[in-house]
Amino acid sequence: MANVLVCIKRVPDLGGEIRLTADAMGVDDSSLGHTVSPHEEAAVELAIQTAKDTGGEATVLTLGSEDAVEQLRNALALGCTGAVLVEADAAAYGPADVAAAVADVVRDHEAAGTSYDLVLVGNDASDTGDFQVGVRLSYLLDRPVVAGVSTLSVDGGEVTARGGSPDGGTEVYQVALPAVLTVMEGGVEPRYPSIPGRMKAKKIAIDRVTPTGEPQGSGRRRLTLPPAQPSQVTVLGEGPEAAGAVVDLLESLGVTR
Amino acid sequence: MSVLVLVETDEGGAVEVSRETLAFVRGTDADVRALVVGEVSPELVEQLGSYGVREVLRADGEAFSSYAAAAWASAVVAAADGVPLVAAAGTPRGNEVLAHVACRLGVAMAANVVAVEGTDPLVVSRQVLGGSALEELPLPDAVAVLTVAGHACEPSTADEPAAPAVREVSVDVPAADLRARVVRTEPGEPDESGSLKSARVVVGAGRGAGSADGFKDLLELTELLDGAALGVSRVVTSLGWRPHHEQVGQTGSRVTPDLYVACGISGAIQHWAGMSTSKTILAINTDADAPMVTKAHYAVIGDLHEIVPAINEELRRRAG
Repeated sequence: MANVLVCIKRVPDLGGEIRLTADAMGVDDSSLGHTVSPHEEAAVELAIQTAKDTGGEATVLTLGSEDAVEQLRNALALGCTGAVLVEADAAAYGPADVAAAVADVVRDHEAAGTSYDLVLVGNDASDTGDFQVGVRLSYLLDRPVVAGVSTLSVDGGEVTARGGSPDGGTEVYQVALPAVLTVMEGGVEPRYPSIPGRMKAKKIAIDRVTPTGEPQGSGRRRLTLPPAQPSQVTVLGEGPEAAGAVVDLLESLGVTR
Repeated sequence: MSVLVLVETDEGGAVEVSRETLAFVRGTDADVRALVVGEVSPELVEQLGSYGVREVLRADGEAFSSYAAAAWASAVVAAADGVPLVAAAGTPRGNEVLAHVACRLGVAMAANVVAVEGTDPLVVSRQVLGGSALEELPLPDAVAVLTVAGHACEPSTADEPAAPAVREVSVDVPAADLRARVVRTEPGEPDESGSLKSARVVVGAGRGAGSADGFKDLLELTELLDGAALGVSRVVTSLGWRPHHEQVGQTGSRVTPDLYVACGISGAIQHWAGMSTSKTILAINTDADAPMVTKAHYAVIGDLHEIVPAINEELRRRAG
């Protein structure tokens, strides 16, 4: 039996354009929907599969405002059986703060009788791209960590984790539990929520906790966007009649056989 | 000021992103040291010298015979020996190892830095939102730990090559460093993302492909062009139409082909992050206002399922 804690983060679902807030400290998400990072969708899937395969529980955690309950409910609808909201202003938390808050929850749950054999996080969040929360968490918990995992299986007290190697192959790790893994998408296809899953998710109580200690913050001074370029597009035509102009272009670029 | 750069190597010596990183940090100061884990050939030393490296530090031994990020971090910390700046390329290895290093030194880490904005204190700009925005971030700690984003600068050699000395670093690798270690490597499929990353032309396909059966004409186009590969947007892999190794974008491959043909791709940030550095972009889309169309160099407005077969036919006709 393996209990899994999977950590997710509510992020804006960006389309083709980004607008910043007036103070340039964040993305203006007032007109955007929200989601979790792609790597975290894969992490949730791996958490649910691992819990099912081993007869354990998959618990989802996020640090954020009440709005982030939407993302917790989605993970519950997919098959997580418990959810923790660390109530905090996510923008005030740097990667070390987030790791510390998650580590506190892991320790508190352990003290209360629920230990996590695996803690899964995304390899990097699609908004802040810090690439370090999982590693920091492993140091705080004194557990081994593997980054960039795309598939995993648990057997006895050990996890076998696979991820890409620099030469395009696959690297295999065998690590004693408990461990921290950072997940990259590509190894599993995240499931879609079922109607009964959604109904069940509504009834699960969300465990709300308040972090102890003040966050240090990320240190961000401001965000900048590259200057907007006026469109320079040359329209070669409409419909199949443009094929001749396209092939002229392909020939001028020297990419035809 | 001294700078330590963790250099990744393959059969061809220092990998391109590591050479970019050497060129990047050379701009901040001249005294560059390189740490290499594993074998150091005379050719590698000469190559690193051409990038201005003054000293090559080498960590080798049983603990490094297979990859363990924590052991590499022990090597970096041993080699850093008081330097105020430790850098690596923004690769999976670079980001992972330096995250360990930052934990051990009790300092911040800035991933995917593209520019130095100020030096007293050090302030960097780094990529966030898949490279669509930059974050200005001070690194006031005693040791600044950062990774350099791929293609943030050219991998240019130094004006004056150096003749670096090679020094073995003695690294005490505790058993805890080897708790998470690669136990074996399995070869990849020959046709996986390698050919996509090195393709001269990428034929990209998005939701507009319509279904798993909607790629026949696009695949034929890759056959008719020289050195072309199929790349797809995340929605295509999420729907299970094509495998993940064909995905281009923030969480897929990053490609820089001579030509990117974006077919039925709206141009969301997630995808744009993976192909925006293509030299020429040709968009084929029903929506003339789609971000991909307005950002492209060339566009054809219409349904890819009518336009791509016509292009294929014209290519075959001209080829005779």
